[in-house]
Amino acid sequence: MPREIAMWEAINEAIRQEMERDSRIIVLGEDIGKMGGAFWCTQGLLEQFGSSRVIDTPISEAGFMGMAIGAALVGLRPIVELQFVDFFGVAWDQIYNHLAKLRYMSGGQFKLPVVIRAPIGGGYGDAAQHSQVLYSIFAHIPGLKVVAPSNPYDAKGLLISSIRCDDPVVFLEHKLLYGLFYLPPGSFGEVPEEPYELPLGEARIAAEGEDITIVGAAYTAYLAEKAADRLREQGVSAEVIDLRTLVPLDKHALRKSVEKTGRLLVVDEDYLPYGLTGEVIATIAEDAEAFKALKAPPARVGNPGVPVPFSEPLEKAVLPSEDKIVKEALKLVEA
Amino acid sequence: MSRVLLSFKSYSLAEREEKLEAEVTRELALSFYRKMVLARTLEDELKRRYESFEMRGELHLGRGQEAIPAGVCELLSDRDFVSATHRCIAHAVCKGLPLDGIIAELYGRASGVCRGKGGHMHLASSSKRFLATGIVGGGIPIAAGAALAFKTLGEDSVAVAFFGDGAANQGTFHESLNLASIYRLPVVFVLEDNQYAFSTRRSESTAVESNAIRALGYSMPALEVDGNDVIAVYTAAKWAVERARRGEGPSLLDCKTYRLSPHLEIVDTEEYRPEGEKEKWEKLDPVRRLEEQAVELKLASKEDFEQIKAEARKLVEEAFQRALSSPLPAPEEAFRDIFSGE
Ligand SMILES: Cc1ncc(C[n+]2csc(CCOP(=O)(O)OP(=O)(O)O)c2C)c(N)n1
Repeated sequence: MPREIAMWEAINEAIRQEMERDSRIIVLGEDIGKMGGAFWCTQGLLEQFGSSRVIDTPISEAGFMGMAIGAALVGLRPIVELQFVDFFGVAWDQIYNHLAKLRYMSGGQFKLPVVIRAPIGGGYGDAAQHSQVLYSIFAHIPGLKVVAPSNPYDAKGLLISSIRCDDPVVFLEHKLLYGLFYLPPGSFGEVPEEPYELPLGEARIAAEGEDITIVGAAYTAYLAEKAADRLREQGVSAEVIDLRTLVPLDKHALRKSVEKTGRLLVVDEDYLPYGLTGEVIATIAEDAEAFKALKAPPARVGNPGVPVPFSEPLEKAVLPSEDKIVKEALKLVEA
Repeated sequence: MSRVLLSFKSYSLAEREEKLEAEVTRELALSFYRKMVLARTLEDELKRRYESFEMRGELHLGRGQEAIPAGVCELLSDRDFVSATHRCIAHAVCKGLPLDGIIAELYGRASGVCRGKGGHMHLASSSKRFLATGIVGGGIPIAAGAALAFKTLGEDSVAVAFFGDGAANQGTFHESLNLASIYRLPVVFVLEDNQYAFSTRRSESTAVESNAIRALGYSMPALEVDGNDVIAVYTAAKWAVERARRGEGPSLLDCKTYRLSPHLEIVDTEEYRPEGEKEKWEKLDPVRRLEEQAVELKLASKEDFEQIKAEARKLVEEAFQRALSSPLPAPEEAFRDIFSGE
């Protein structure tokens, strides 16, 4: 039975249902047990599954990331929570040199079914060390799948698929979508009670349209949907593609849409240089059909390459917004 | 102004002697000897061939350190996990990885243990539960994690992390000791203190006289071990492994040894070694040491040693033949194994 829940509840439910199904799944991270997670997502798990499967760790990211890898090598399926994605740096060697590569370097002998869950994003005044999304850093490394849901339904299905996947998945959850009262707006929606999987590597067409393709992920997909509603009122029919997974990237959906609309606007909260927007545009540029269909040069909205500032007007100047998307889309359509 | 006298609590270290008894049978002594001689015979042959540029990449050998993997792995089965380092060939041999698979891997052949995707620093085997990493300190938390899995799954397996004195200055060493201690994990940290990290002396890089002291900061028992005495290594490891299997938690073995090989073949000029130091340690060669002990304890004779050496030469020779008859991998192989199902 679907009922309306917040994204954090969908995430919590996915973990709980998977842990009920498979006793090899453990959860570890800082404050995830007694506290239920800094962003609530692991509420109730310690009570239900006990401290051998729900493990509160010290602030020791390299240590417990390495432990998740070792545990996976001999048969467990760990879910590791990084309290904020921004803290990946102290564990980075374990992530990109070990987690991402051990399957390959062992000639396919080892499976690494590890999910790294991490809250991402800014827009609420947490400044440059607690506001990043950092998609492209993970997506750049071969061997990591990267998922970034924009709503509760996708979050539940994609997280279940990520947990069942035999490869490492970096599962990035935008803080403004969790639905926590102190982090508006939050994403709420209908979610079936029973477990279900959504395939990794399939984008979602969030809105169909004819004039322009707007691409986003997580919070920028959410913003793009709102922007498309406003554009429609102004007579512009925008197609919104919510990437859902950045690795694998649904190139087919991108090309098909651009072949139809002939205009491409990519929205990203990450730093623009060397990032997601460039990758999406290259995906179009490399494809003869899609490239030929372009009626205007592609455009992008995102953080131009600035550490996310604290003060509200400064932060707003840097991060993408509904207004910026609408403005850029109109420019592109009128070009 | 007035002067006040305050008192504070502080701690000091006390050294203590631990007495452990060892029972050494002829079988055990010969098993140590076989492992050490096999590792050395393989490494000697690899060195000879590497010097004529038969293999690509670097080559880190561990002459003089063989007693440590031999003594520890004597206590392990295929169900136990080992993480090793860039200097992992003897460890792979002692953990039972096939010689031909190891050699083929070093030659980048299709039949290598990692199908030619790992190379000499990254030997791995899922069936033997063995993993080496080229990142100094990288394997330490991974062993702790395997131990966490054993504990969670109720398996009586143990995990062993081998690493150098250089790695003991990485954060992962300290984080792993702390984590293993708070969760009482069945893991043994085996520090191979060969006194150098490439050119850097331990005494110049490490704020304590002996890394065994550091374990105290993590409420973990530690033993300082003569790493060139395989009987001592085995005895200490038996204590550590049995504690771990009984659920009594982790421990650290700080094995004092010396690398008679250069840090890496061909490149390392070894100018950092003080004069006469290597010569002194050559006299403490663990293979010869075991021969002397076995004769003294009347467990084996010169003939036994000669026979085992001849067997090792034959095994290595045959393994080379099999390994080198394997083809190089097809280029398409490069695009497999990034993700599962590919
Ligand atoms: C993180 C990292 N830093 C540096 C290196 C380069 N490097 C490889 S081995 C080595 C020395 C390691 O010394 P130690 O841990 O004592 O092991 P040993 O070589 O003596 O066996 C160095 C500096 C590396 N591989 N990884």
